[in-house]
Amino acid sequence: MRRLLSTLEVETSRVVDGPDDDLDAGPVGDHPGTADIGFDPARPYALHPQVALRPEPFGALAYHYGNRRLVFLKRNALVALVRSLGDHPTVDAALDAAIATGAFDARQRSSYLKALASLAASEVLCAPAREET
Amino acid sequence: MPPSPGSTTAAAPRLVEQLKSGLDAPICLTWELTYACNLECVHCLSSSGRRDPRELTTAECKAVIDELHDLQVFYVNIGGGEPMVRRDFFELLDYSVSRGVGVKFSTNGYFIDAEKARRLTATDYIDVQISLDGADAATNDAVRGVGSYDAARRAMDHLAAAGFGPFKISVVVTRQNIPQLPAFEAIADSYGAQLRLTRLRPSGRGADVWNDLHPTNAQQRDLYRFLIERPGILTGDSFFHLSALGESLPGLNLCGAGRVVCLIDPIGDVYACPFVLHDEFRAGSVRDRGGFTSVWRESELFVGLREPQSPGACASCGSYDACGGGCMAAKFFTGLPLDAPDPECVWGNADDALAAVDPASLPSSGPGHSKIPKADARPAVSTNVTLKPTRHRVVVSSS
Ligand code: SF4
Ligand code: SF4
Repeated sequence: MRRLLSTLEVETSRVVDGPDDDLDAGPVGDHPGTADIGFDPARPYALHPQVALRPEPFGALAYHYGNRRLVFLKRNALVALVRSLGDHPTVDAALDAAIATGAFDARQRSSYLKALASLAASEVLCAPAREET
Repeated sequence: MPPSPGSTTAAAPRLVEQLKSGLDAPICLTWELTYACNLECVHCLSSSGRRDPRELTTAECKAVIDELHDLQVFYVNIGGGEPMVRRDFFELLDYSVSRGVGVKFSTNGYFIDAEKARRLTATDYIDVQISLDGADAATNDAVRGVGSYDAARRAMDHLAAAGFGPFKISVVVTRQNIPQLPAFEAIADSYGAQLRLTRLRPSGRGADVWNDLHPTNAQQRDLYRFLIERPGILTGDSFFHLSALGESLPGLNLCGAGRVVCLIDPIGDVYACPFVLHDEFRAGSVRDRGGFTSVWRESELFVGLREPQSPGACASCGSYDACGGGCMAAKFFTGLPLDAPDPECVWGNADDALAAVDPASLPSSGPGHSKIPKADARPAVSTNVTLKPTRHRVVVSSS
């Protein structure tokens, strides 16, 4: 019943919820809600240079110094996944690697993907500049 | 937390539970740099006025910033007193930013001239918050002192001219200024600024004027509707007791004292939140061995606040999940038990208990650095309200 993310505007203390995922019963195989923000799991992503991660017992806090947004990453596996993104050529590859090492179950792939899409939407993650303009 | 019957929506219950049991470091904390202030607002939460000779030195302040950096506190709210009266203000600002600790500071604006506005504009990760408690000089100056409205507007003009961007205009909501909310909005819009509304608490000198300044219950309902309609207005989560009226206001809707927030006062004492400057809520000092980190993680007070709290008299209220019983500081300084309903409970559930409070039993309002001793305190200049020095009358007149 736990959501992977919550976003807090530090300025406002107003919470915007991340995807309302039930991790244990999430749908498998589709990528809901990823198209509209231009998140492309076939491309590489990394932690935004203005974002810092702070470990917490439940996962981590991500703070974006630019947009002052505070995001709660509510699973350690998600934190590890986010940190690993830079080591993989694509988001899909990072997800596959995490599943291969048993970080989470293959059935949870879409939930994690959605969480990453949401992190990209709040600019916690960013894509390196496209080669073609 | 199992939802109780009649509960309203809680945005992310598991996260809130997590936050209630505390974090390794605060999310953001308030740091009052000095008790010195050129003004003497009647509702000052820290009873500021005179500098305290024991205030932290520049080196001590930098050591605190280093600790905040190590704890990955991303963000600190700096206030006072008037923080800009400290000679090392900009030095500390620059140092903090260079250590990755962003700064939002609250100021009355007196010391923001054209040059300072340019300097602030040139620094990254700085937010400026100008206090304004009336949309016109008469209403504002009745609370903040003669000339303070013009000074605040001048500071805003300088920031706008320097191209600072969206600074914040911070308003303590009172019975007198609630009718001016649209006018505040218009002022903010005229600068491209963000409007921030916060709750008046009976803390510091606020205890002396709370009865006359806090909004009526009818006004609280107006305010609630206003905030629901305008999710863009900042509130610092301070009106969560109004969530009892129905739909939750956006925010964490919890008392973060000692759990996600705290206060460092000018002499380095650490309190559970900015509104509880009282020995009972003092957790320790940054000057103690182990510094701020130990106080945050190990002080008996903070560890206790992270234990599950009893809903007390609110247990049978269907709004408890939304409202959480309200603000600890507001209860404490009005003489209510900490598990009583909030003195401004929207359902009036504190009214009987408030009426039974013996004024002689009220807690003193903290360290106190007022320039004028309490007994001689001048009554504030006022337009449409007389601010009486009596405390905690329970009668709420509709002005
Ligand atoms: S009785 Fe308590 S929980 Fe219910 S609305 Fe009042 S303060 Fe909130
Ligand atoms: S005591 Fe009141 S002001 Fe302080 S954190 Fe709790 S709710 Fe907020």
